[in-house]
Amino acid sequence: MNTQTLVSLDPESSRLICRGEWNLANLIKIKNDIKKISWPKQGALIVDGQDITKMDSAGAWLLNYSLKKISSNKLTTQLQHFSEQAAELLALVAARADDALEAPVLRHQNTLERVGRGAVQQLGELRDFLEFTGQLAFEFARGIFHPKSWRWSELAAVIYQTGLQALPIIALLSFMIGVVISYQMGNQLRNYGANVFIVNLLGLSILREFGPLITAIMVAGRTGSAFTAQLGTMKLNQEVDALNTMGVTPGQLLLLPRLLGLFIALPLLTMWADIFGVLGGIVMANSMLGITASDFLHRFQVEIPMRALLIGLGKAPVFALLIGSIGCFQGMKVEGGADSVGKQTTRSVVLAIFFIIVADAIFSIIFSRLQL
Amino acid sequence: MTQQPIIEVKDISINLGGAWVHKNLNLSVNRGEILAIVGGSGSGKTTLLREMLMLQKPDSGSIRIFDHELTTASRLTLLEVQKRWGVLFQQNALFSSLTVQENTAFPLREHTELDTKTINDLAILKILLSGLSADAAVKYPAELSGGMQKRAGVARAIVLDPELLFLDEPTSGLDPESAGAFDELILNLQKTMGLTIVMVTHDLDSLWHVTNRVAFLGEGKVLCVDAMAALVKNPHPLIQAFFSGARGRTTQRIYD
Ligand SMILES: Nc1ncnc2c1ncn2[C@@H]1O[C@H](COP(=O)(O)OP(=O)(O)OP(=O)(O)O)[C@@H](O)[C@H]1O
Ligand SMILES: [Mg+2]
Repeated sequence: MNTQTLVSLDPESSRLICRGEWNLANLIKIKNDIKKISWPKQGALIVDGQDITKMDSAGAWLLNYSLKKISSNKLTTQLQHFSEQAAELLALVAARADDALEAPVLRHQNTLERVGRGAVQQLGELRDFLEFTGQLAFEFARGIFHPKSWRWSELAAVIYQTGLQALPIIALLSFMIGVVISYQMGNQLRNYGANVFIVNLLGLSILREFGPLITAIMVAGRTGSAFTAQLGTMKLNQEVDALNTMGVTPGQLLLLPRLLGLFIALPLLTMWADIFGVLGGIVMANSMLGITASDFLHRFQVEIPMRALLIGLGKAPVFALLIGSIGCFQGMKVEGGADSVGKQTTRSVVLAIFFIIVADAIFSIIFSRLQL
Repeated sequence: MTQQPIIEVKDISINLGGAWVHKNLNLSVNRGEILAIVGGSGSGKTTLLREMLMLQKPDSGSIRIFDHELTTASRLTLLEVQKRWGVLFQQNALFSSLTVQENTAFPLREHTELDTKTINDLAILKILLSGLSADAAVKYPAELSGGMQKRAGVARAIVLDPELLFLDEPTSGLDPESAGAFDELILNLQKTMGLTIVMVTHDLDSLWHVTNRVAFLGEGKVLCVDAMAALVKNPHPLIQAFFSGARGRTTQRIYD
């Protein structure tokens, strides 16, 4: 079977004899056999299909394609002895192959064009984002006059998922951050015999910066991505369209509860992170620098101003709005398919973390100007 | 052609969510025929299809396809079988990140050693055969209408020239003209490529027009397998209820 050629030319009678299985599995072999044939320049070529045991559409396509390539006005081809099924298959393939067998080629974009299009697209996205936040603000304002339109159960569910369920991971993470910071700082302070200042350093850095920042970044990864993926999948499923046709805006049911829920949950989580961060510091100060917990807490009370805590907590709602609005916006931008969900989710997390850090930098500048 | 059935389902039972969806179900499909599976909503048609495709393992029983026992088959045997069947899912299941042409070419790329040009040509041929125009080849599934996506799904299902084709509700959601054209397409494929087709359908026109036999599912079993004309005369109350609605009677009159 393998040694036998599947197609050969008998020059005497000018017959092309096809035999064996003309199917996808043998396609490469048939192609090679065809390449070896030296075609006559003119005359009438008879293609004999008597010995073909099996033919599928790939085989039919190859035969049709090869014959079309060699035939000209001097050389004509004629099919003979094909089984009824093979003949029909050949006719079917020939009918389609007469149409263009080429897929249209997409135009290639050069670098300049890509940059330009990219810039316009980014600007468009910025405009869409402003429109989105404007619409949400409008819906929020309308909600104030129609207290009945509030979705309390949705809101509670969001707070539960984004707040309560995040407690363990946030606690663990900030505890470890507290440990790491006081270890590094304690090493330096010990050199100067300034052990007790660990309280000032740790307290200020955790309350003002690390608590809010670590919590916000964690929540951006945990909740912002979830918002985008949930909303995106709902959009693909046409659930959002269904809501719209029922006179319930997605803003009311899906977006505002998420945004407000996060607005409430994130400051609480930040407070929680502060507690565990300081706790981590206490443990480390005790074991490394020999400061007892009660000494630590006593000094903490005296040295750390209330201001530090409030500034830290004050950033959290801003971070919450950033994470929530970016997450929801990217989710509502999903279109097409699963691919788009992945892309927008990535964008959502990257942009949220980016803007959290930008906002934090702006806060630092403002607070230093105000000498807080 | 052997008279050995191409699919043989024996005594399968499956329990989903605490209820027996199939209880000792038997079904065999002959080579070269078009067999439809019908039954009320929730009667387990999709489940049966999923079991035959080995997407869901029955709790007991045996499923033989191409003379391979699938319930205990190794990965390699399963792969051999998988290359010989094509599947069109109810929701098409086209890969959203690939164009129609790339979708269609995917099985060829995975399972053959052909060169890129041949693969592309074969993919385009199948796209044309399934009734799409070549323009649609470079589009993404999300850019196509429901009916066009169905055709793209068919193109992908037949690209390896399978011997066996599974279709889950191929004409649902199509307009009457497209549904009719789809029926023709199925008949054409069966005739020219010698396919065996197993399809789940509710479409009464398809049932009368294209099928050789119809299996009626109910009570966790195949209640009756017969040609359509004989099936509608079956006195079983479930079958009577299914076909004796106004629509059932109208279509029956047309084809009688
Ligand atoms: N994963 C699952 N878990 C629990 N029950 C299931 C599961 N999948 C299916 N079922 C149940 O099995 C039964 C059969 O479902 P199946 O999807 O096969 O029905 P069907 O005949 O295809 O119906 P339809 O015509 O509506 O598509 C239903 O009662 C369904 O609730
Ligand atoms: Mg179903």
